Parts: sequence; structure tokens; C-alpha cells
Amino acid sequence: MAFQSKADQQAYWRANLSLMLKLLAIWFLVSFGFGILLVEQLNQIQFFGFKLGFWFSQQGAIYSFLALILVYINRMSALDKKYNVEEEG
Amino acid sequence: MDIQTLTFILVGLSFALYMGIAVWARAGSTQEFYIAGGHIPPFANGMATAADWMSAASFISMAGLISFMGYDGGVYLMGWTGGYVLLAMCLAPYLRKFGKFTVPDFIGDRYYSQTARTVAVICAVFISFTYVAGQMRGVGVVFSRFLEVEISTGVLIGMAIVFFYAVLGGMKGITYTQVAQYCVMVFAYIVPAVFISIMMTGNPIPQFGFGSDLVGTDVSLLDKLDGLSTELGFTAYTDGSKSMIDVFFITAALMVGTAGLPHVIVRFFTVPKVSDARKSAAWALMFIAIIYTTAPAIAAFARVNMIETINGQDMAGTPYKNAPSWIGNWEKTGLISWDDKNEDGRMFYAHDKDTRNEMTIDRDIMVLANPEIAGLSNWIIALVAAGAVAAALSTSAGLLLVISTSISHDLLKRNLMPQIKDKEELIYARLAAAVAICIAGYLGVNPPGFVAQVVAFAFGLAAASFFPAIILGIFYKRMNSQGAIAGMLTGIVFTASYIVYFKFLNPAANIPENWLFSISPEGIGTLGMLLNFAVAIVVYKFTTPAPQHIQDMVEEIRYPQGAGKASHH
Repeated sequence: MAFQSKADQQAYWRANLSLMLKLLAIWFLVSFGFGILLVEQLNQIQFFGFKLGFWFSQQGAIYSFLALILVYINRMSALDKKYNVEEEG
Repeated sequence: MDIQTLTFILVGLSFALYMGIAVWARAGSTQEFYIAGGHIPPFANGMATAADWMSAASFISMAGLISFMGYDGGVYLMGWTGGYVLLAMCLAPYLRKFGKFTVPDFIGDRYYSQTARTVAVICAVFISFTYVAGQMRGVGVVFSRFLEVEISTGVLIGMAIVFFYAVLGGMKGITYTQVAQYCVMVFAYIVPAVFISIMMTGNPIPQFGFGSDLVGTDVSLLDKLDGLSTELGFTAYTDGSKSMIDVFFITAALMVGTAGLPHVIVRFFTVPKVSDARKSAAWALMFIAIIYTTAPAIAAFARVNMIETINGQDMAGTPYKNAPSWIGNWEKTGLISWDDKNEDGRMFYAHDKDTRNEMTIDRDIMVLANPEIAGLSNWIIALVAAGAVAAALSTSAGLLLVISTSISHDLLKRNLMPQIKDKEELIYARLAAAVAICIAGYLGVNPPGFVAQVVAFAFGLAAASFFPAIILGIFYKRMNSQGAIAGMLTGIVFTASYIVYFKFLNPAANIPENWLFSISPEGIGTLGMLLNFAVAIVVYKFTTPAPQHIQDMVEEIRYPQGAGKASHH
């Protein structure tokens, strides 16, 4: 069954947007933040042989991106279930 | 066995594999030709997307670029992976639910306008041709070095293979070939990296190895590299020489451009369900990350190896008569040259062009020459050649499919000849693919001088045209056709003029002092995208909102339930 009510449909969309914006904020922070804007400050810190800012730019940001997508998939499938809009089959 | 024989064997075997897949996965309908029947499981689609995405440029050039750019090379690493976060969360699931074949399909239907559709078709074809010309150059470089045939012969062989499986199999053939090509690529990329990492740092995982100490010393690889770089007049490897604002804008342009590239987006139409589109994005990024986190390690290893080989351990220069064979091999292709300025018979590599430096080294050879530089065995060198060919072929095929789909589906079926039947449309699709392959082959044999220059175009235009139109189409249901068209046109005209001016009309002026807000042509797509958004919203405010049935349709693509297979209607 689809949404029970119009209010449910709006709540689903709001929950989706709020999750997306939170995850995109982290996306921005690890790449543009740690990898670019704050790189000089973070480079003062050593991290397993790397300068931390350099590591974020060439390694850490990519690992974080993958983690963000996994969290998104997980949360969205829970949300689809909660509002009964997951796909048939 | 010598390198050439091994290369013939490995490349030949991989070609036989692709042909076998093509025969097995023939397309019988336009649905199979355009979107592989919508049956591709997310794991396979992720792998195919990764191969589709990783072009000859990623495979051959990226580690080389990073090797020469150090920290600044991070723009490619973050830029070409961060876009998948946008795809997974903001585009792929909704476009899949929308359930059509192409990006112009979405733009045309969502903005209820043939003008919007036509603008989108032109962008898609232009972006894809720009990109495919670069792929052909990659095939040419690999063939000329490893098979020692004329570049044009190499391109013809490559075109014949793509012709066979793209025209016969369409998206279905391409998808399964790309899965095989990914496996070849990842093996070819990782194996030499692991060997070199063990040799230099004792750590078998390259991602950790390039943060470790060099074997037998307590100096870390990166410290050594920073030291060498500054000694030779370069900036330290872990610092950049680009301005922060430029790094920011280039990274953003590449991320957003990735999310707006039609050949990447269309891959998400091939899975059965919306939830599979989300999963595909995760698989794709995982497969890409395996290669992209290895690339900076290869870059650092190759840089140290190259400097030490040319300048010698003692930094006095290696006598040319003792030069390792790879230098001679690559000199033949014109990608390395030595000019003995001080006539001491020794090679020397440094930053100061006029005084100390005697070497010209093309960045494109770093990955291809890396196994030779590190002295690895011949079969690994041949494997890298097969991987590079796989990378070029997989991306070309994906791009050619976008071009043929844009012509047969968006232009003919949805615009000029709506009455044609499925079988006829399929014939036109195959014809369009065949013509596109011939044009791409021509561009490969006679590469326009500006190929390297126009890569910025593909990403800049994708970022400045499609991305805002799609995002507004999904997240702003009242956005109307006037706003979207005005936005796309502004974004394209602004971005294209900036790039054309600095890259073609007045290349001499292409220095940071002349750039708008110090943004290079590579990063200008970000500003074009922001302008597109701004113009679209302002024009929207002065015109009537999208009609109710369009707003209802947008409401409907916002949740997964009820997504059938993608179709015409």
C-alpha cells in the first residue's frame, strides 16, 4: 500500500530531505572542509605517517563518501518500510 | 617471453572475452539496447558503472597527474569520487523511479518542452563526443607503445571491437563487457602497485605503504619525496601550488560534473528497482575507490622511482649510456626526451627549466611505464597494457551508446518521427551507433590538437547544464520550463565562453591574474552551475509555475513504490 495520508507523504519527504542534508553536510566537511579549507591546520597533525590534511584529500574523503552512501541506503530502506512505500517483489 | 608477445597474448585474450560476451548478450528490443532490459543486478551494475566511469584518463593519466601535482592532485581524487554521493542521494533513485531511457527524456518530459529536450540532446551529444575523442587517444598511445603498430592501426582495431559489441549488444552487451573490463582493469592496476609497495616500503597494501618508511631507513616515503621535491626546485609534494579557491572550484566542478554526465546517469536506469539504484551507487563507488585510493600511492612511488632513476641515488645524474631500457622505449614514442644541456652525458631532472633540467616527461606515461621503472617482470607490463585498453574501450562504448540513444530515441522517436515502431527504432539506434563509432575513430586517427584542452569542457558543461536542471526538476516541483531553459542556456553559454576564451582564443592570457575570482577554466563549471540555479529561480519567479500534472508527477518520483521497468511511455 502507498501512503496512508497526505500528511504521511509529506513527513516521508521531510525525513528524506533532512537525512540527505545531514549527510551532505558531512560530505562537504570531509572533502571541502578537511581536504581543502582546513588542510594547512590539519597538516600539523601526523596520522599513520601522513599529514592529516593531505590524507583526507587523497584517501580519507573517499572512504568517508563510501560510508555516507552506505548509511543513506540503510536509513532510506528503513524509512521506506516505516511509511510502507518499499517496492514490490 | 618478450613484452610484445606477452602483450599480444593478454590483449588478444581480453578481446576474445569481450567478443564472446557480445555474442551471448545480443539485444532484441530497444529496451535491451538502451537499458539492458532493466534486469541488471546492482552489484554488476556497480562494476559496469565503475568501468564506464574510469576512462583511459583515469587509468593512464590520473596517477601521472598526481605524481606531478602532489597535493593538488587531490582535486581529481575527491572530485571524481564525491560526485557519487550526489548521484546516490540526489539523482539516481529519483531518475530511476521516473523510469525513462535517457537524460534528455527526463528534461523534456519534466519541463514539458521540446525546446528543453533539444537543448539537452545537444549537450549530451557534445559532452560525449568531447570525451570519446580523448579515449581514442588513449587507445592509440597504448597500441603504439606496446604493440608497436601505427597509432591509426591501433585505433582501427579498437573501433572494430567496440563496433562489434556495442552495435550488436547495445547496453546489454556493453554492461557485461564492462563487468569483464573492470576485472581486467582492477587486476592490472593493483598488482603492480602491490609489488612496488612491497619493494619500496615492505607493506603489501599500497594505501598504507605510501605513508610508511622506506625499506631499510627510518625516513618516510612522503618526507623523502618532500625533500627531493624542494631540493630540485619543486614545491613540497604534500603542499600544493594552486590557490585554495581554485582547488575548491575545480573539485566542485568535477564532483557536480560527474553527477551530470549522461553516460554515468543512464547506467542507473538499467537496474530493476529504485532501491537497486541506491545500491548501485554504493557498489560503483566501492569499485572506483579500490582504484582511486591506490592511485595516489602509485603516484608517490613512481615519483621517487623516477627521480632516483634519472638523477641517481647521489643526485649527480645518471649517465645516459647506463640509462635503463624503459627510457629508450618511451623516447621512441616521443613521450620522453633528453636534452644534454651541460654536455656531461648525464641525465638530470629538476624544476628550473632553463638551467638544471634536461628531461621532458609526459605525465601520461607514469602508469604505463611504472612497472618498467620499478623493474617488474614482463607479464605485469603486458597486463597493464591490457588494463589500459580495457579502460579506454569500456568508456568509449558507454559514451557511444549515449550518442546513439540521443539520436535514435530523443531526436527521432521523441521528436521528429514519433510514429516509428520499436524494431525500426532499434535499426536507427544501431545505425547511429555505427556512425558515431566511425566519427570517434576518425577523431582517434586524426586527433584534433585540442583534445587534452577540451576535457574541462565535458565536466564544466555537464555541471553547468544538466545538474541544476535535474536537481530543480526533482526538489523544486513548481520549477517551470522557462526557468529551466533559461538556466541551462545561461550556464552553458557562460561556461563555454570562459573556456573557449582562455583555451582557444587567447591561451596566452590563461594565467591566474586574468581569471575571474582566480578560478581557472577547469573550475569555472562550478560558477556556471551557480549561475544556472540563480537564473532558473529568478525567471521562475516572473513566470507561471509548472502545471499541476507535472507537479503530481514530481510528487510521485519522490518515493520508490510503483517503479516499473523503465519504458517509453
